[in-house]
Amino acid sequence: MAKVKIPPVLRPSVSGMSEVEVEGSSVGDVLHALAEQHPETKEQLFSAEGDLNKYVNVYVNDEDVRVQDGLETGVAAGDTVVILPAMAGGSSSPA
Amino acid sequence: MRTGSQHIKEIRSQVKGIDPSAVHDLLSRNGASGDDFVIVDVRELGEWEQGHLPGALHVPRSYLESRIEGNIPERDKRLILYCATDNRSSLAANTLEKDLGYENVEVMTGGFTLWKDRGYPFESPTALTPEQKERYSRHLLIPEVGSVGQQKLLDSKVLLIGAGGLGSPSALYLAAAGVGTLGIVDDDEVDLTNLQRQVIHDTRRIGQPKVESAKETIAALNPDVEVVPYKTRLDADNVMELIADYDVIVDGADNFPTRYLLNDAAVRQRKPVVHASILGFDGQLTVFKPYDGPCYRCLYPSPPPADLAPSCGANGVLGVLPGIMGLLQANETIKLVIEQGEPLVGRLLLFEALSTQFTELRVRRDPDCPVCGDGVDLENTEFEDYEALCAAAG
Repeated sequence: MAKVKIPPVLRPSVSGMSEVEVEGSSVGDVLHALAEQHPETKEQLFSAEGDLNKYVNVYVNDEDVRVQDGLETGVAAGDTVVILPAMAGGSSSPA
Repeated sequence: MRTGSQHIKEIRSQVKGIDPSAVHDLLSRNGASGDDFVIVDVRELGEWEQGHLPGALHVPRSYLESRIEGNIPERDKRLILYCATDNRSSLAANTLEKDLGYENVEVMTGGFTLWKDRGYPFESPTALTPEQKERYSRHLLIPEVGSVGQQKLLDSKVLLIGAGGLGSPSALYLAAAGVGTLGIVDDDEVDLTNLQRQVIHDTRRIGQPKVESAKETIAALNPDVEVVPYKTRLDADNVMELIADYDVIVDGADNFPTRYLLNDAAVRQRKPVVHASILGFDGQLTVFKPYDGPCYRCLYPSPPPADLAPSCGANGVLGVLPGIMGLLQANETIKLVIEQGEPLVGRLLLFEALSTQFTELRVRRDPDCPVCGDGVDLENTEFEDYEALCAAAG
């Protein structure tokens, strides 16, 4: 089981949880398993062609999968997968 | 019974001396003390402020035992000590060798007096006023800041993008720390809904421009700080001019077009940006130092679609969260200014307030980055239409 950390914007799609445990031996497996358990996340994570959306960063432990093997990056039991979309919040109005 | 001068004479005969000319040669070859050797000034603060060897480390003899390790943990490092002549430095060298186990200690014979007589160069730090010495006394007591670091803060210019949730705490603490010039960019007015977290403003200031309200608060806190208010939005026409005068930019903007625009301008001018963003209970923090580390586009090549990028206005934010993240920004800013510690370059810090958890992720420069990537020529590139870029996202 890998631990997947869910960013605030995706939490409504996973019943409000901030961490989800899913099976999978690669990043692709893990994210697809997540999308299967929580179908609303699918569209947010993957493009129509099945690629990871460009605006979603994924890290295995502390390293970006873009500099590893993308969706093929291996995930071992006990690893933490972090899903991280950009956030913009800062002041209350456009500066 | 021996006299004091006999004792000093005996110690002096035991420590290894080095002539000022040899120290001068070393400095000329190496620029300043560094990896190979460290020059340590053991005189009192008042003497140090009158002038000292270039790049010397100041550890007064009265604090030697308590402070030397924090600055120089390596016992085999070559240390060259000096005082006004060579009495105090010989006694200090004796302590370092006999009591603290330093193996490679020398004393500059004739001290600073002979150094100056020979006409060798020295640095005179601009002395702080008596009031500044008192105001910043807790900084002056930390070796990593000290009078040199405090002077760097007073000489520094920091630009804050936004005087809102993140900008309020960072502005307050940067002002208190004595950052000499604080530019603040914000086109908004103080609103009652702001006051749950934007602590630089107050209830009487509702309706007042935020930049003016911030300026008033800072003037009352620290008269050393010059606040430059810019009541405007950051846009492609003003960004290059706005950031040009500043050493560090603190990004507390609340929208993607501004963040991409600021990044692209800051990379062009090689200005470090201390970045934070917040939503709900979650915050992100990093330092973008152009070409030393990744830029905002290396981290986030594409903005998310609108439904994945809610604002604090729409989704809310815990009031203390921007306080925490804004102060972490101030911390990174001060480290950049005084050139101490490890700035958060190439590292993204995530903070979750509900679980009180910090997570650190690695961020790398993208060689294919459209802005800071290899071979990108920014000289002849116009800014993108960021509003359109973000509107088209997804």
